[in-house]
Amino acid sequence: MKYLSEYRNLEATKKMLDEIHKITTREWNIMEICGGQTHGLVKNGILELLPEKVRMIHGPGCPVCVTPLNLIDKAIELLEQGVIVCSYGDMIRVPGSKKSLLEAKALGGDLRVLYSPIEAVSIAKQNPDKEVVFFAVGFETTAPANALSVLHAEKENIDNYSILASHVLVPPAMEAILSDELSTINAFLGAGHVCAIMGLQEYYPLVKKYKIPIVVTGFEPLDLVQGIYMAVKQLEEGRFDLENQYARVVKEEGNISAIKVIEKIFEIGAREWRGIGKIPKSGYVIKEAYRRFDAEAKFNISDIKVPENSNCIAGEILRGIKKPHQCEQFGKACKPSNPLGAPMVSSEGACAAYYHFSTNLID
Amino acid sequence: MNIENLGFETINLGHGSGGELTRNLLDKIIFKTFSNPFLDQKHDGSIVKIEGEIAISTDSFVITPIFFKGGNIGDLSVHGTVNDVAMCGAIPKYLSLAFIIEEGLKVTEFIEIVQSIKKAADESGVLIITGDTKVVERGKGDKIFINTTGFGAMHPKANISVHNIKEGDQILVNGFIAQHGMAIMSEREGLEFESTIESDSTNLNFLVKDLLDKFGDKIKLFRDPTRGGLGTVLHEIANDISKGVFLKEVSIPMEKQVSAACEMLGLDPMYVANEGVFLVVVDKSISAEVLALMRAHEKGQNAAIVGEITTEHPNKVVMQSLIGGKRIVSPLVGEQLPRIC
Repeated sequence: MKYLSEYRNLEATKKMLDEIHKITTREWNIMEICGGQTHGLVKNGILELLPEKVRMIHGPGCPVCVTPLNLIDKAIELLEQGVIVCSYGDMIRVPGSKKSLLEAKALGGDLRVLYSPIEAVSIAKQNPDKEVVFFAVGFETTAPANALSVLHAEKENIDNYSILASHVLVPPAMEAILSDELSTINAFLGAGHVCAIMGLQEYYPLVKKYKIPIVVTGFEPLDLVQGIYMAVKQLEEGRFDLENQYARVVKEEGNISAIKVIEKIFEIGAREWRGIGKIPKSGYVIKEAYRRFDAEAKFNISDIKVPENSNCIAGEILRGIKKPHQCEQFGKACKPSNPLGAPMVSSEGACAAYYHFSTNLID
Repeated sequence: MNIENLGFETINLGHGSGGELTRNLLDKIIFKTFSNPFLDQKHDGSIVKIEGEIAISTDSFVITPIFFKGGNIGDLSVHGTVNDVAMCGAIPKYLSLAFIIEEGLKVTEFIEIVQSIKKAADESGVLIITGDTKVVERGKGDKIFINTTGFGAMHPKANISVHNIKEGDQILVNGFIAQHGMAIMSEREGLEFESTIESDSTNLNFLVKDLLDKFGDKIKLFRDPTRGGLGTVLHEIANDISKGVFLKEVSIPMEKQVSAACEMLGLDPMYVANEGVFLVVVDKSISAEVLALMRAHEKGQNAAIVGEITTEHPNKVVMQSLIGGKRIVSPLVGEQLPRIC
């Protein structure tokens, strides 16, 4: 069985869009949680093919966007202390309070862009006289690989490796959005890949407590359109259930071995979300037994909170209160070449998605 | 070439000193490989005769790694400049060739590069007529950098200008996009990603000449989307003429493996570099004939009409997605991949 081409099928997608048009009678606001879904919607031009009454609100599911400003400053400080800092490519252009990681690299920092934290462990092994830190950002999806890198380092007695962790969790963010009095969200498209790791269990209580439909959804055009259809159908029928559109990837119980690896290294704790603030029990912190792999504990780095650019409305964007093109700075003072905030930098950020792909910019 | 006779295994600072070691390197490798009446004068420069208008283009090559699937920095440095001259509507004839070598480069590697340059130059029908070799200390370069400058007389029928483009003109490309960038990406350290993707690096001047021979001034524009890819070049065209470009995603030729690799690494193929791709803008009335000529040529077998010029959405490139929605193709900000050419 193929997993991609069927989900990019023009005819099937059109048919599903027609169905959405047929069943929609009222106005609905649906939030897609994940930045990958936002990109899929905008890149494939799906937003303009939906009925006017179905409005997609873009959620906070971009790990780069919600990584606190001062954590970027900490990574830069490590780089300036002579540490080899390894990072996913997305993080390197995000502006810290003074500069980005990429600018710090230009000034002589040893920054490595990697696709896997396991490679950072190899770098640590090859450079025993240097400290190596992996900038471990992300939702539940990247946590297993980051945890695994710590286990690898432990197994091989590599003591010059640590992670600068900023792991955040999806369900607490959904809860924070739902309990916001400004929230107008009627249904969620759940983040497919997060659920592939964690399973569905955490979402039943949300559905019940807030009486809101959640449809766990994939990322291809047909996935997205089908997820929207399932959400609209529930809303129109007055139901609120947890449904799984992405069943070819997401299992009820999730990925048990991945969860075990996460639980070995991390425990749940409070986390700061850029643009949203501190949310209790909203992220992973490194367990006491593995503190020697925690860069924040290992190095003497300052913890200065710096204010965000006051012209950036990232908080409202991330909570779905405003759309990127409704920001006065959008495409003017704020562009990917000169971003005022993270949603304009990251490939999964809503502002960057609108800037790069959205026909909203056509005059 | 017999390396034993050279008497050295790595290039050192002395080879760039201008003295005996330099002479040794030049005589035994460079002059021996590229021998032609202009270069054999062994003067400070070459004197050549070119009638009428000429096109000149220069390019520096700093690619890493220097050897990759489908080529190396040597043939790339010929193809890149030959193609740039051809894109002007000229027939490339002469090349200058300058090396900046980091000391410690293996002579075997240098010879392989030089031989690739020779082969690419022969295949492109150009002569290396002047050059330079410098050696820098270890750590001050990255193995080898190459600069080439190309010269060629304008094709008598060419009238290439972005300002000749009008609404309805068709945009064609000669083949699969994004191959070069992805081939380089798959060779980079730190990427656990194996593929058989080869760089598309090749000379395009003969296909360009055939097109000009047959269609003359009906060809409005040639461009080769190297760094920044197809998306960036189309964006430049739209901005230059204050018109829109409309593309259909389904028409853009791309190999499955390349498309899968781009997806896995989160790269947009529209911005990935090419070294054997060019786009041509022509009047709609001849687009089918142009396509037929391109497809019949060795360097254009996978040619396709990918889009057209429109007065809607001026300065913007808009692409119709596979499922019929529309999206903007914005200009690339910063490099997707550093040092790919």
